[in-house]
Amino acid sequence: MMGGRRVSLDWIGAVPFLVYVAVFLFLPTVIIAAGAFAGANGLTLSNFANLSRPYIVTATVNSLILSAVTAVAGAVLGALLAYAIATGNPRGVFRRVVTSACGVLAQFGGVTLAFAFIATIGPAGFIYVWMLQHHLDFYSGGVWLYDLRGLELVYLYFQIPLMVLVFLPAVDGIRPQWREATQSLGGSTWDYWRHIAGPLLAPAFLGSTLLLFANALSAYATAAALINQGGPILPLQISNAITSEVGLHEPGFAKAQAVVLIVIVAIVTALYALLQRRTARWLQ
Amino acid sequence: MTAAAGTGGRTGVEVRLEDLRRRYAGVTALDGLNLTMAPGELVALLGPSGCGKTTALRLLAGLEEADGGRVVIAGEDVTNVPANKREIGMVFQAYSLFPHMTAMQNVEFGMQLHDVGAAERRKRAGDMLELVGLSAHVHKYANQLSGGQQQRVALARALAIEPKVLLLDEPLSALDARVRARLRDEIRRVQLEVGTTTLFVTHDQEEALAIADRVGVMNAGRIEQLGPPTTIYSRPATPFVAEFVGLTNRLAGTVKGGEVEVRGTRLPLVKPDTADGPAIALVRPEAVTMAADGDIIPGPMVGTVIATVFLGATSRVTVDLGDITVLAQLPTSDATSLTAGTRVRLAMRRDPVLIARDEKASTEA
Amino acid sequence: MKLRIFRVVTLIAAGAFFLVPIGAMFEFSTRGVGENSPRTLANWKAILDFPELVGPLTPNSSGIIASLELAAITSIATLVVLVPTMVWVRLRLPRLRRVIESISLLPLTIPAIVLVVGFWPMYQWMGINFNDSILTLTFAYIILVLPYAYRALDAGLAAIDVKTLSEAARSLGAGWPTVMWRVIVPNISSALLNASLLSVALVLGEYTIANNLLYPNLQVEIVSLARTNAGVSIAVAVASLLFAFGLLVGLSFVGSGPRRQRARVRERLVQTFGRDLSGGTR
Repeated sequence: MMGGRRVSLDWIGAVPFLVYVAVFLFLPTVIIAAGAFAGANGLTLSNFANLSRPYIVTATVNSLILSAVTAVAGAVLGALLAYAIATGNPRGVFRRVVTSACGVLAQFGGVTLAFAFIATIGPAGFIYVWMLQHHLDFYSGGVWLYDLRGLELVYLYFQIPLMVLVFLPAVDGIRPQWREATQSLGGSTWDYWRHIAGPLLAPAFLGSTLLLFANALSAYATAAALINQGGPILPLQISNAITSEVGLHEPGFAKAQAVVLIVIVAIVTALYALLQRRTARWLQ
Repeated sequence: MTAAAGTGGRTGVEVRLEDLRRRYAGVTALDGLNLTMAPGELVALLGPSGCGKTTALRLLAGLEEADGGRVVIAGEDVTNVPANKREIGMVFQAYSLFPHMTAMQNVEFGMQLHDVGAAERRKRAGDMLELVGLSAHVHKYANQLSGGQQQRVALARALAIEPKVLLLDEPLSALDARVRARLRDEIRRVQLEVGTTTLFVTHDQEEALAIADRVGVMNAGRIEQLGPPTTIYSRPATPFVAEFVGLTNRLAGTVKGGEVEVRGTRLPLVKPDTADGPAIALVRPEAVTMAADGDIIPGPMVGTVIATVFLGATSRVTVDLGDITVLAQLPTSDATSLTAGTRVRLAMRRDPVLIARDEKASTEA
Repeated sequence: MKLRIFRVVTLIAAGAFFLVPIGAMFEFSTRGVGENSPRTLANWKAILDFPELVGPLTPNSSGIIASLELAAITSIATLVVLVPTMVWVRLRLPRLRRVIESISLLPLTIPAIVLVVGFWPMYQWMGINFNDSILTLTFAYIILVLPYAYRALDAGLAAIDVKTLSEAARSLGAGWPTVMWRVIVPNISSALLNASLLSVALVLGEYTIANNLLYPNLQVEIVSLARTNAGVSIAVAVASLLFAFGLLVGLSFVGSGPRRQRARVRERLVQTFGRDLSGGTR
């Protein structure tokens, strides 16, 4: 029965997988895309018009600021850490431990991370209590842990390790001969960083920063666990909007916001991939 | 800056390394190294890995600091001058081209650091790349060039700044054999043309013997012997040199009265004051010949040919003497009849021989 | 010398930044009730007193049990969906490999909060027409862990020659099920384990999807518990963190192959695990 026609039926083997992703990956995507443009009377852009509401604009701007700040700070600090790791013994136990720890920490987030910082510098956290006993009150102007400033600090906890992981291969790709060649050609350390290491690492650094940006932009759980009310950032607004869709109040509102988020993330990720490819060509 | 590169006739400068010492974490890399290079000379430092040859080069480049001793270039003590002020051109083992620059930009980069004007820079970079035979590839990036082409660019880049000294740190070791031989001769041609005093570090004896005016054989942080290639090969000063350069038979024998008796043949010693007693004599394959007289009766020098390798004008014959195998190098015309299985009787020319430092008898490459 | 100072300072600062918050959770969870009261494990012992954490799995009521069940079902179901497909594609549909790969890695670029928006109407429909058990979250979680499982399995399959092995088995008379169970699966057992451990770690830490689809899994319960009893909820958070960390450390002990190679594979896995951008547990 299978006989001579089996070859033409090979594709059936891939069907279960394709059906699954069609239903649980593509269908949700289609629901979002279609829903964002659907109104009571067919196609509409009114869902996007709703995005001009002040609290959505504020949340979007806040999200962009939060992502930019943590991306740049995370990239700079992570790059320093990556450089400190790269200048050590490449096969040392220490390096293995640190990179593995970064692997776990970069994925560490959400509820537990929020709690970790509440336990550390929350109003009852031991560092805050201890500093208060020494008459240092870093909350004298109000508890900032639960607003954007707090998120910026907490996000660094996964942004820095992520930077180490994506940037370390580029730093490792820098060969010691290049520094020595620069020296023998008459260049100073400054010349080396300006003409050689800087330009070589710039695409990787920029690309990694973009990845961190997209990473912060997508993060929801940490903020949700840390911030109980309101929605200062876009992912929290999307979450609020989903719930308000319950009553079929504004069915396309959450979807329109989701489209905005995914478009930003897609652009940033594409740029990241582009820069990454360039780095790979130079530093492999 | 003196005359433009590539025009030839430039004279090199004298380079002196005086009693250089360097230790790494308890290991002595350089143990009082002395070397004087005449202006325009190409000296090759040859030795096994860890002998200190690369350390010597890096101290001369200023990439590492000496624990003791002096580096003198053109009569000027540069021991405490940092690498970027020493005016030294350097070619590394591999991968030293800046990957984000074209061949041209790589060559221009050094001149840019020396504040050479753009037009002059471009012209000289073009000249240098032409000198190394790469005019057709000036706008390619490192990853578009073969290993040999990359090393040519590296050479052009090093020479473009008109360095006082050119340092070559195993520049050919990452290349395959055919490219290696060609590029080796190219490097020598270019070096003669620009006349820069050059230090060439390698672990490949063939390379060192082929390219250098003088070869320094290094061992354990010192130069064991320094001399023209022919002297190094034919008159090794120490057992180490004899064994490291070329092939050597290690034959057990007995020293007595300034001579050594090896398998029934008495051979003169390079150092006649060697103490009497059992010893290992180092005999070059060239000194082993086929005995002229016909009779092959069992004896210490009679055995069976097990392999013959044709090397061109000469052939290398491996003979099994029962307790040991011996290498003999003969004119190919004499070796054609020596197929595997032939019974032969060997003889040894009475060239002065060296005595090995250790006691193990064998044939060694 | 300057470099050494820079390294020491950087690494100590990083160590403090990353270790202190974790230590602080321990500190917090072992605090006594009053001021200056001694350290106590009361919060840890109290975990067992909360039915919403450890009670039996009545509909929507037991975070820990639900999350463990979800983790188990998700990791097995992911393998069932992925392994036969990946093997089959390697054997018969090489042209489809790129497609399967990019589909599998796609969820990395879609923020979880965006996926939830798409899932919302689907889960509403499922709840009415099919089942509204918390275990239906498995469908979403398979998508969430797909990229990580794909990478782990791909590494395992790359290490063996699937085609030659299966042709050898077929020539000995084995049918496709035998090839799969007796030849392929035993040879990628460590990759299967890696994929499962990563899936379990991800599911146990998942909050975004469960919270927005209104299913109280472990993380959701921890957050709601925090409003009434911070000490206990932090104790649970630490416990789940330790569990997940233990799983990832466990990765280093699985697998055959020479030890160093194993360590390298594991290091790479753990690194890519962190490297990928995924709103999953963040």
